[in-house]
Amino acid sequence: MTDNAIVTLRELYKRFPAGKGTFTALKDINLTFGKGEFSGIVGPSGSGKTTLLNIIGSLDTPTEGTATVLGKKINVLSQKEAAALRNNGIGFIFQTYNLLPVYTVYENVEFALLLQKISAPERKKRVMESLQWVGLADRAASRPASLSGGECQRVAIARAIVKRPALVLADEPSANLDSANSHHIVRTMKELNRELGTTFLFSTHDEKVMQYLDRIIYLKDGAVEKDELC
Amino acid sequence: MGNGRRTWLNVSVLSLAFVVIIFFNGLLDGWNKQAKTDTIAWETGYGRLSHPLYDPYDPYSFSGAHGIPGLPEEVLTGGQTVSVLVTQASAYPNGRQVNVLLKGIDPAQSLLELPSRWLDSLPEGIRGTTIPAVIGQRMARSAGLKTGDRMVIRWRDVNGTFDAREVTVAGIFKTNVPTVDAGQLWIPLEMLRLITGMYGETTYFVIGEELAGSSLWTGDRTGYGGWRYTPLDTLMQDIETVVEAKQGGMMVISFLLLCIALLAIFDTQVLSIFRRQKEIGTYIALGMTRLKVIMLFTVEGTIHALLAILLGTLWGIPLLSWLHRTGIPMPDMSDQAGLAIGEKIIPAYSMAMILSTVLLVVITSLIVSYIPARKIAGMEPTRALKGKLL
Repeated sequence: MTDNAIVTLRELYKRFPAGKGTFTALKDINLTFGKGEFSGIVGPSGSGKTTLLNIIGSLDTPTEGTATVLGKKINVLSQKEAAALRNNGIGFIFQTYNLLPVYTVYENVEFALLLQKISAPERKKRVMESLQWVGLADRAASRPASLSGGECQRVAIARAIVKRPALVLADEPSANLDSANSHHIVRTMKELNRELGTTFLFSTHDEKVMQYLDRIIYLKDGAVEKDELC
Repeated sequence: MGNGRRTWLNVSVLSLAFVVIIFFNGLLDGWNKQAKTDTIAWETGYGRLSHPLYDPYDPYSFSGAHGIPGLPEEVLTGGQTVSVLVTQASAYPNGRQVNVLLKGIDPAQSLLELPSRWLDSLPEGIRGTTIPAVIGQRMARSAGLKTGDRMVIRWRDVNGTFDAREVTVAGIFKTNVPTVDAGQLWIPLEMLRLITGMYGETTYFVIGEELAGSSLWTGDRTGYGGWRYTPLDTLMQDIETVVEAKQGGMMVISFLLLCIALLAIFDTQVLSIFRRQKEIGTYIALGMTRLKVIMLFTVEGTIHALLAILLGTLWGIPLLSWLHRTGIPMPDMSDQAGLAIGEKIIPAYSMAMILSTVLLVVITSLIVSYIPARKIAGMEPTRALKGKLL
């Protein structure tokens, strides 16, 4: 484990019950991600990318092995501790954006800060700053239904980075976007990675995303096939 | 149906339940209050000092239940007591025989609303040749009597000897209290004492408000020959019991209505959690604890109750106020209920009753909102994010 490692996975296995037996989604994963990395987990559907991101994001636990994220062992965290870890240290970007439809763009981004009990003036400052980073400050009062797919994903990026997490997990962020928007949002994330030093970890099989990555980990049938720097 | 419409449908049904529960309770409270007020005014006063053998529910006890309690003179003449002598008799109105209670009362009394002064109202020509009697509408109806009618009554005096005289109906009163009306003839006290040979005797004294709290009725009462003092609370027990029994029935109706409303909220909550799985998963991914998500959904469900109370207030206040002003007309047969029921019952809404109904609606809504929301506690966030929770 390097000094600046924020994610360390050791001999990690994940099995799911399947019929009378089990299905092994992840096999003997040994990986370390350092601070400020812009890395991607690449592989075909069913290769275990999302399962791996879910474990790193403390939304799931490994069946075997250890996963240490931001100094916390995911295996032993209580629900409350896992929630605190996600709240303070991890931002999520989903393939389907997962914006709250009844809230405005501003409120969607602000929501993450409300959970951190940050004062209203500070929230306003940080929300507007995040929206400016993703180029949506002028759409703060709009509702998600009135935004394009690319704009929705940019709101999701703003929501993920507004709390300045050490780690952002993006699960197939470009899957629902056209080519131009895919490039745009990945470029946005790359800039944020450079400016804020935030670690970005993608799961993707999109070539357009891959060209921006500093490191690509290839997963096949739940195991690491290749781990290369670009 | 959209979420908005479903919400407002739930809120409307719950607001109906809310207002109906208040109305039912107000109706019963109003009846209770009215029955007690009328019974105090017409029959019981604020207490009763009765002969030790007197049992109002046992007519056989009346023949021995008379005497002189030896109350201080100032008590007897202070205007705070009404002496009533009771004996059984037979009346023969229109050729029929009717068993009646002869009750003697001072025509000059003013403690009770019973119009005993009418006993002095017979025309000069017939006064002295007949016994004046006042009766209630129920008695008049059942015996086919009207003011001025005459009939023979027969009774046994203190020695057990039968005697008979003619009485004339001096007046017919209307009261909500059937226990001073049905099967009863009110005649002058001194006349009843004279014809029964029970000189100076009384069956019970009605006690006025000022005297009810007197120390005369506490401690050693041997000076009154063992006469029994019954306080107001005990005298009102029958009314309380009947109203409580009615309350049971009305509670069932209120409960059913509330159940329908709460079932709708429960259904909406279940549907809401089913539809919003991804949202729940997102909340958890953003760092919300499961407890907070449960609280969020429980509060959302409880808002139905708060909106229902608001809506119920908007249409309920004018309606309930109008009913309070006009009263609820009671059917003709209600005067045979054996308990004081007015022609109209004026519902009475107390702040305590309204607040307890508000609490009932809010707490039950909270419970039915919490039960489906509890399902969130057992879900896997990864499945919720995919919308595969249920």
